[in-house]
Amino acid sequence: MNQANEKSGAFEYLTTRKDELVGWARKFSIFPYPFVTACCAMEFMSVSSTMYDTDRFGAALPRFSPRQSDLLMVVGTITHKQAPILKKVYEQMCEPKWVMAFGVCASSGGFYRNYAALQGIDKIIPVDVYIPGCPPRPESVIDGIMQLQDKIANASHPIINEKF
Amino acid sequence: MDQGLLERLRERLDAEGREPVFAHGLLAVPLPREALLDTVNLLKNDFGFDLFLDVTAVDWPEREPRFDVVYHFYSTREHVRVRLKTAVTAAEPVVDSLVGHYGSAHFMERECHDMYGIVFRGNADLRPILLYEGFEGHPLRKDYPKEREQPLVRYRE
Repeated sequence: MNQANEKSGAFEYLTTRKDELVGWARKFSIFPYPFVTACCAMEFMSVSSTMYDTDRFGAALPRFSPRQSDLLMVVGTITHKQAPILKKVYEQMCEPKWVMAFGVCASSGGFYRNYAALQGIDKIIPVDVYIPGCPPRPESVIDGIMQLQDKIANASHPIINEKF
Repeated sequence: MDQGLLERLRERLDAEGREPVFAHGLLAVPLPREALLDTVNLLKNDFGFDLFLDVTAVDWPEREPRFDVVYHFYSTREHVRVRLKTAVTAAEPVVDSLVGHYGSAHFMERECHDMYGIVFRGNADLRPILLYEGFEGHPLRKDYPKEREQPLVRYRE
């Protein structure tokens, strides 16, 4: 009998909580959908590319269909005219899903206070992590991703819930 | 810049209630709105102003007539600009459309109609272009409340 295949009894089994295991898997495979509308896109490109490299967090692969993505990154100002589109994109995403408000315009409307700009995307869809800055530094974005990872890791991950 | 052309144009336009003056190196022509189409004809056909740059409006809430409608034209041959300015009242904010002269007037007049509610007689398509269907009022008028929002999606509780 091959010695390497013989069970030695050490490290053959691990016990863990289901939520921790699922959370660990999910937090390192965040597929983002970039909903990019404004100048924050420059910072999004910067944080995605080599220097800052969101691939280190498993969040590198942008999916250009909301149906394949986990994280909706709302990058830039949302106007009232665009709000129905954003809402539709959010509703097309499958559970589990998270939303990141990237920059002050997406978080609160920023310095736009007028007839056109939506005063924060949380008026229409739930938001998990807000990243301040106009535009945010890549370090802030990475901090936001890490906070989202913590949130995912510490959340409960029901196999079946009322939505799925 | 060909100052000679603008000087000739100024002399030619100085009639029919028009008062051409030089302002900031640009020929500015306040004129009654009845003279608009004739003036544009003259600019386009006789003086070669072939590019219609912009139409916008200015709201003077204290003044009667309340709105100025402002046009800019450019000559791509002579590289000079000219500005036309005509006043309309709030009760009847109507001017003639320039779609017969410049195709680009279609979109620019729609925008001006969105923002100021100026009606361009002869432009058959004044649907909203930057705003959306159902938007009430004209947001760049001074009496539009600056914090008024007209959301299309119902807000979350």
